[in-house]
Amino acid sequence: MKILVLVQQEEGKVNPVSIEAIAGAQQIASQCGGSLSALTFNASAAETVTSYNVEEVLLAEDASLNTYSPLHFVKALQDIMDSESIDLLVVGHTYEARDWVPRLSARLDIPFISDSVGFKSDNGLTLIRSVYQGKFNADVAVSEGKFIVSFQSGAFRGDSIESGSSSIRKLSVDISGVSDSIKPGEKFQEAEQSVDLSQAEVIVSIGRGIGKEENIQIAKDLTGVLGGEMASSRPVVDAGWLESYRQVGSSGQTVTPKLYLALGISGAIQHVVGMKGSKNIVVINKDANAPIFEIADYGIVGDILEIIPKLTEKLQSA
Amino acid sequence: MKICVLIKQVPDKDSPLSISDDNLSISESNISWVANESDSYALEEALQIKEKQGGEVVACTLGKASAQQIMKDALAKGADRGILLSDPAFDNLDILAVAKVIANAIREEQFDLILSGLQSDDQGNSQLGLLLAELLNMSHASLGMGTEMTGDSSIKVKRELESGWFQWTELTLPASISIQSGINSPRYATLKGIMMVKKKTVDELNAEAVGAESITNKVQLKNMYIPEKSKETTFIDGSPDEISDQLVDIFKNEIKVLN
Repeated sequence: MKILVLVQQEEGKVNPVSIEAIAGAQQIASQCGGSLSALTFNASAAETVTSYNVEEVLLAEDASLNTYSPLHFVKALQDIMDSESIDLLVVGHTYEARDWVPRLSARLDIPFISDSVGFKSDNGLTLIRSVYQGKFNADVAVSEGKFIVSFQSGAFRGDSIESGSSSIRKLSVDISGVSDSIKPGEKFQEAEQSVDLSQAEVIVSIGRGIGKEENIQIAKDLTGVLGGEMASSRPVVDAGWLESYRQVGSSGQTVTPKLYLALGISGAIQHVVGMKGSKNIVVINKDANAPIFEIADYGIVGDILEIIPKLTEKLQSA
Repeated sequence: MKICVLIKQVPDKDSPLSISDDNLSISESNISWVANESDSYALEEALQIKEKQGGEVVACTLGKASAQQIMKDALAKGADRGILLSDPAFDNLDILAVAKVIANAIREEQFDLILSGLQSDDQGNSQLGLLLAELLNMSHASLGMGTEMTGDSSIKVKRELESGWFQWTELTLPASISIQSGINSPRYATLKGIMMVKKKTVDELNAEAVGAESITNKVQLKNMYIPEKSKETTFIDGSPDEISDQLVDIFKNEIKVLN
């Protein structure tokens, strides 16, 4: 099996999710049998990857690949998958990858198993996906032919990557003639982020279970007595109950406080990736089956609206 | 502007979910079904574009016969007609196969825009709108948090990237855009809207009708199960009063966050 891992980068710096993807691809290659190469569009990223254990580092440089452009990326990978006879393409599941890799899947008519959280090698290669908002895992496999896999952030440990020494082989790609029907503009930040949640020692985070906007105040009171910062999962921000910069998760901030108090948060993977590195996770949720309990150090099955005010009161007199 | 909105029927977030004896599907008793959350935002965005530009909004779903309900809900909110793709042959298709079925069904419609929710709350592939873009030769953008028509043949999409970053991307029509939840405030159906539903149509099409008999699965689901816990969890029981006492003790003496 010829495996290619795509190394995503920004201005030459390799994306951490790609480091994890390389580590994952190394494990697949050794456990399922296969040779692993890496591909990048940037020379200094290629240089970085030569110190990892891969057969070789493929470097495809072109002005149109310097910054993200979905149709150019698709065309480049379409040609390289073909000319290098790749059986399996592995990518990190970044917001960039999820924008163009599906298109590559349809172009090549090969399946894309997206957002996998791990793999098994007992009987060929089986991918593990998190489904139903993290409530269940699904084992899936492709019976024959080529395919593409993306791995969720945190599926593998970046520090488990095997070092090695490999050389760079330049590939020439012809991506002239690609349609200009998609024109990405400059990236920008909307509002000044007024809290850096990554520095907070205590985070009180609320989810859909808070129920209604009037209930936010009891969580604010608790946050006050704990001397922490308020945060939330996406639904609370979507409802306009908290500022968007307080959102934790894949589209918000990543945090690792000493205490993360998750109140009425179900634990969809998009939230969990932003907080699972917290030193202590305390969960209160009325649904005993909420996936957030899987990563809890302390768990309470109960009604946050009853427990929060009581806890605030006790802390005030503690 | 002729707009297609893709809507999927998924279990309500508060429905108790369990795995069937076959370990391949969820048990469907006791489940209430709703439209996928981000799809509701896609529908609202389509209705707002139509209100500004004129045209037609067509709701499309692939699902069981019970998915008629989410089609009717979409019509009540203002969609003009519906397409329900339903056939036992469509059960458990992988996402690329689903895209091919839908592409077959809507190719002739020549939509200017396809709007879909970013990700389904059940399988969560986040691929459908983008697969369709390729299969139907349209431009695309994902994670849409805003749209702005910039002429008769182009649209700008505000895309949400990671960690608070955004990007405007300009697309030449026809375009397929996946919509992030939170882009707008989805409306409720009005009484008048509900009354209008019976004057509108939902075309029900099976595999034969859309020429999808030869579309097959490449991905096999082998097993579904509850994830193993990655951590040892200490559970705390009792009344709110007792729980609070224990938490104060843990904050103070175990986690040491109280000074």
